[in-house]
Parts: sequence; structure tokens; C-alpha cells
Amino acid sequence: MLPELGHVALILALLLAFLLGVLPMLGAQREHAALMATARPLAYGQLLFIAIAYAVLTHAFLVHDFSVAYVASNSNSLLPLMYQVPAVWGAHEGSLLLWVLILGLWIGAVATFSKSLPMPVLARVLAVMGWVSFGFLAFLIFTSNPFARLLPAAVEGRDLNPLLQDPGLIIHPPVLYTGYVGFAVAFAFAVAALIGGKVDAQWVRWSRPWTNVAWAFLTLGIALGSWWAYYELGWGGWWFWDPVENASFMPWLVGAALIHSQAVTEKRDSFRGWTLLLAIAAFSLSLLGTFLVRSGVLTSVHAFASDPKRGLFILIFLGLVIGGSLLLYALRAPREEQGQPFAAFSRETFLLGNNLLLTAAAAMVLLGTLYPLLAEALDLGKISVGPPYFGLLFTLLMAPLVLLLPFGPLTRWQREQASTPLRMLAPWAGIALLIAAIAFFTSANAGWKTIAAYIVGAWLLLGTLRFVRQRFVQGKGRFTAEMIGMCLAHSGVAVFFFGVLMTESMSIEKDVAAKPGQSFSLRGYDFRFDGVERSQGPNYQADRGTLLVTRNGKDVVVLHPEKRAYASGGSILTEAAIDGGPGRDLYVALGDSLDDQGSWALRLHVKPFVRWIWFGALMMALGGFTVAFDKRFRRAVGEAST
Amino acid sequence: MIRRLLPLFAFVLLAGLLFVGIRMNSGKDTSAIPSPLIGKSVPAFSLPVLGDPTKKISDRELRGTPYLLNVWGSWCPNCRVEHPVISALARRGKLRIVGYNYKDAPEDAQRWLDEFGNPYAIVLADEDGRAALDWGIYGAPESFLVDSQGIVRWKSVGPIDDDIVRTQIEPLLAAMAVTR
Repeated sequence: MLPELGHVALILALLLAFLLGVLPMLGAQREHAALMATARPLAYGQLLFIAIAYAVLTHAFLVHDFSVAYVASNSNSLLPLMYQVPAVWGAHEGSLLLWVLILGLWIGAVATFSKSLPMPVLARVLAVMGWVSFGFLAFLIFTSNPFARLLPAAVEGRDLNPLLQDPGLIIHPPVLYTGYVGFAVAFAFAVAALIGGKVDAQWVRWSRPWTNVAWAFLTLGIALGSWWAYYELGWGGWWFWDPVENASFMPWLVGAALIHSQAVTEKRDSFRGWTLLLAIAAFSLSLLGTFLVRSGVLTSVHAFASDPKRGLFILIFLGLVIGGSLLLYALRAPREEQGQPFAAFSRETFLLGNNLLLTAAAAMVLLGTLYPLLAEALDLGKISVGPPYFGLLFTLLMAPLVLLLPFGPLTRWQREQASTPLRMLAPWAGIALLIAAIAFFTSANAGWKTIAAYIVGAWLLLGTLRFVRQRFVQGKGRFTAEMIGMCLAHSGVAVFFFGVLMTESMSIEKDVAAKPGQSFSLRGYDFRFDGVERSQGPNYQADRGTLLVTRNGKDVVVLHPEKRAYASGGSILTEAAIDGGPGRDLYVALGDSLDDQGSWALRLHVKPFVRWIWFGALMMALGGFTVAFDKRFRRAVGEAST
Repeated sequence: MIRRLLPLFAFVLLAGLLFVGIRMNSGKDTSAIPSPLIGKSVPAFSLPVLGDPTKKISDRELRGTPYLLNVWGSWCPNCRVEHPVISALARRGKLRIVGYNYKDAPEDAQRWLDEFGNPYAIVLADEDGRAALDWGIYGAPESFLVDSQGIVRWKSVGPIDDDIVRTQIEPLLAAMAVTR
């Protein structure tokens, strides 16, 4: 009975989303106050019904209702409690419901924190978000009903995909989706501005905090996903250029461009058309990502169970949303660039460079992701574009970005003497080179990437510190939240690149066949293999290895890599053992049993500074959040309403 | 105006590509992945029968009449999509369908067959997927059409639909009947 109620709740949410998309928009076009006033109640109403549906599905998981097909496929009575709630978003239908719920929450948040928005603007923004919500609810109800019954009911569930039985599942998808979906707010503001015909800097001021928060969530989500892949998949890498990773990375890159171009439009009134386009593009790429993951067009480790019917549905939806908004852009975008003129050497120019490099990177990722599909469509055979393509192009595009980054904040708007920021930064560039030189002569096996790591890390960090110093000299040490966020994020970029380059250049891995008692030496660490035992988990059996790691005769850590066989479905999963630290990670994955004398294949890694990658991303995300709390946004909104 | 239409044009191109992608994905083209086995004898194997691990079937014992080797697993959602098509094919009785239960627990496989119906003349169980390496199987569903001499004639990856049965399997079967 309850699952049917959930289904009904979804249908009601669909109806309310339809009304939300129509009534307030009509009200705004006709300047009809009562119609516009329906926006908020409708927004809350649809959120309520989505939340009810979501709660019902969660309940079905908690009571092991295997008469619901989705629960039967993705749960099991042995599934530990901590995974029963996240199991809701463990597969296509439920994760789509989570997507819709998060969209509903964003809509509710916009409805709540918009007290001072002019009514027609709020009505249009909520209506545009209502269309998006309507599309996804329809997709859910017509192609992917999570409440479909399985009759007769299964006696036992098939269990949640073991790959997903990890704390990563609890947090990674909700955070990632919050980021993905959050770009809908900037999109809605942009489209509402186009419809309303007022494409000035005002919509940007209102949407900036939302964009920053969404981008920060997306940063966190991607970093969590990367961390999850690193320790759960047992591959020892942190990024694989997998189509689904790329799908989240493209909106991230465009989103990063967007938060910078929004700053320009808001403060200088320049880049109006470009900012509109980026706002549309960031959300469009989020939608495209959804399409790629769920249509089965590309194959990937992440791919959801795909059904040919679903692909077409999302494609039509994509066509309506993206095609419609781009058409609107073509018709309504400002005819010519307004705003203050700027000279060739100015902060605007640097931010334009930032934008071009980031969007070029996104375009390159898009091309690389879709190239196999293109090649197949043109009958060039099955081709896959691997890390070499992405690695090379990324290095080419990120190098100028790194070089130019410290200049941006130190250059004045509109016009600047080229010599001023050059003079400010020259001594710091010297220090960065000096640090690299010291690193080159002191570390034993430094390749060009190691040197690059020190140069890039020091240059970005010192360049950011130079800006901090500038504020103490000129601004009497006053920092706005926006500046603090910027410094935090830019330092995060420094930490991130340092981690990436160090890990890439200094990591070492070794595949060995180990007899019990045998030792292996790697980068000064001795790994002694002490055999493998059987052990029993709640819903799996494991082969559990033991390794003692020592350095210069002193014990460092005991590691237990596992190989788990899950009771249901019979899938086997490696659980790598990792000893992490700020300076290096020790990583051991258990391979196959080689003979009956207790020999096993082992993969040993030493990965220097790998955690800095995620720590850097965390700093970027914190920076994004901090900017959103700048007083200027609250004040600006307040002024706008008077 | 033209300049501002550029993003829309780019998107239309992209949407066209994605549409082609869906068509390829849901139909014939992905099934045309060439298999090096086509025109060659099936790899030698000896696999236990599902539900009766003591009884083993080898490639020689399957010779005599053509058969469709259908790779499936209870864990595979697309196998459920093609299940009605396979069942219909089996009911017509023109072709023997041999199930190849790939990387599956026997009790799950049995439950799946009980639940949806068993279209297979016989089901081979390859629990660890080792024998599948020789076949070049890397997922499910996959299907191989094998003639009466034990030569692989055709392979498809992904769910088989009525279209594939009509346009590919049946013509091949007819051709085989003639040459025999």
C-alpha cells in the first residue's frame, strides 16, 4: 500500500511542478500579482510531495519490502543498516529520485532566501526551475518508476552492488548531485533574465552566491568520488578520465569559468552575453552528464543499468531545455557588449584568459569523451581515447592558467601598467625557482614533473600570499569574504597541482608474487608479507592478508588488504589497505592466490603527497562557500528591492 | 545574430550525434562487433550443467544441430530485457538455445530461471568466468550462433531484439539449412 502512495505523491509533485512552471510565468508576463504569488506555495508543495515519495522509498528499504522491484534488486536482508538508507540511491531509479529531491530542495531554498527579490524575477526563476523539475519527474514516472511492484514478491533481495557498499556511497552521490543540480539556479536566473528582457548585471548579483555554493558542492563531490575510486576500486589511481568522471568534470570547469565571469559582469558590467552563455552551458553540461550516465551510450565503470527507451527520453528533454535556452539566448542576448571599456592589460583581460582556458579545457574533455561515439558513428571503428590524450592537452591548457593566475588579483580593473604586477611578483617568482632548484639537487630521483611540482606549487602559493600582503599594505588588512574565499581557493589550486605532479612523478608501484615471510623493499619501506587468513564479514567472506611495513628497522604500520566474496551475486571485490599521511600513502592490494603454499599476488604502492590532491580540492570548495557569504550579496539584494 | 546562433548550432550537432549514439546502442550496430571466432570452431570446453554440477558437457556433445549460445547472468539487467525474445525464439523450436550462465551463483541463476521461465535446452554454468575467456566473452548478454559442425557463424553483444532475430539470425539459419 505504502509504495502506491509514494507513486501517487510523485504524480502529485509532477502536477505541482507543471503548475509551478506555468502559473508564476504567466503572472510575470501579465504582471498579475496573485498568479505570481503562487510561486512560493507551489515550490514548497512540490518539495513536500517529492519528500514524501522519497521517505516512502527509504521506508521500503528499511523494512525490506522485496515486493518493490527496486528494493529487491538493490537490497538484501543481510545488508548492514548503515547502507540501507543510502541504498535508496544505489541504482538508476532511486538516484534519479534523489536528484529530483535535491532539485526540489534548491527550489525551496531559492523560494526561502529571496525575500528581497522583485516578485516578477522570483516568479520567473521559480517557474524555470519548475520546468526542469517537471521534466525530471516525468522521466522518473514514465520510464523509471522506483515503486514498481514485483509480483510475486522476491523472497530475498539481490543485494546492493558490492562496489557501493562503502562509506563513500553515503556521502559522494548526494554531495555531487547537490553541485550538479545547483547550477540549475544560475541557469534559471539567466533564462529568467532573458525572458524578462533585462539582461543587465542585476541577475548576476542575485545568482552569484548560488553559483558559488553549487560549484563548491560539485568540487567536494568530485573530490569525494576521486577519493572513493582511489581506495575502493583498488586501482591505486585517483582519476581515470572515465566518461562519467568527465561528465562531472565538464560542468565543474565551466562552473569555474562562470564564477569568474560572473564576478566581472557584476562589478564591471562587462562580459554580459558571455556570462549568460556560461550559465546556460554549466547546467546544460550537468544535464548532458546525466544523459551520458543513464542512456548507456557510453560504457563506463559507473554506467547505470541502461534501457534504450530512457536515452531517447532524456535526449528529447535535453533538446527542449538546452536548445530552448540557447535559442532564447540567440534572440535576446545583448546586441553589443556594454559595460566599461578595458585596456589590453587589465584584470578583465586576465579573467577573460581564465575563462577561455577553462572552457577550452571543458571542450577538450567533451571531445575526448564523445570521440569514441563519433568514431563509431562515422564507421572509423571502435576507438577509445585514453589518458594520454587528456594528460597532454590538460598540461598544455593548465600551464598558461598556472602562469597567469597570480597576476589576476594583483592587476587593477580597466587599465594597468604591465610593469606594476610584474614588479610585485618578480621576487616571488625568483623564490619559487630557487625552491625548485633546491628540490632538484636534494631529492634523489627528481624528474621534470617533480621540478614542475615545486615551481607550480610555490608560484601559486607565493603569488596568492603577495595578494594578501598587498591588502595589508593598501587595504589596511581589511578582507572581504570574497577575498578570503578567493585566496583560499587559489591556495587550494596550488596544493592540488603540487599533489598531482608529485604523485605523478614520484609514485612507485610493484606487482609481486609473495611467499609468507618474504619481504619487499620500495622507496625505503620494507613490506613483509605474513600470509592470508579467512575472515567473515556481515554479508561477505574475506581473504585477509597481513603485511608488516617497516622503515629502517622501525615498525611503521600493519596493513590488512582484503578480497571479499559477497554472499549474494558472488561478486568479488578487493579492499585495498592504505596507510595515509601528509607526506605519502602506503597502499597494498591483494591479488590472487598463486599456489597452495600460501603465496599470493600483491600490488604494493608508495604514493607521495597523494592526499594533497583532495586537500587542495577541499580548500577550493571552502573558498567557494566563503565567497557566497560575502556581505555584498546580502546588501546588493537589499538595495535592489528598494 | 549569426554569431549568437553558434552555440545553438553546436548543440544541434551534438544532439544529432547523441541521437545516432542511442540508435546504435539500441539496435544492430553494436551487435556487429567482430569476433575472431567467426568461421572457426568453438573453443574446446567442458562445463558443468546448472543444477547438476556432477554432469559435464563438452563442445563435442553439442554438435549435430545448430544452436544459439546465449550468455546471461542473474545479475544482468539487460538479460531480462532480452529474455522474452529468447523465450519466443525457443518456443518456435527452430533453433536450440544453449544457456551460458556467466559469473553467477548457481542458486541465483536457478531463482532467476524459476522467476522468469527457462527457455534453454541446457544451461552451462561458468561460475568463475574462466572458460569465457576462450570465447572472448566480456559481459552479458552476448550470443553466439554455432552451426551443426560446431563452427561459430555470428556473434552479438547486447540484448537481442525481434529485429535482430528477423534480420540476422533467421537468414543465417536459412542459409545454414541450405548448405547442409
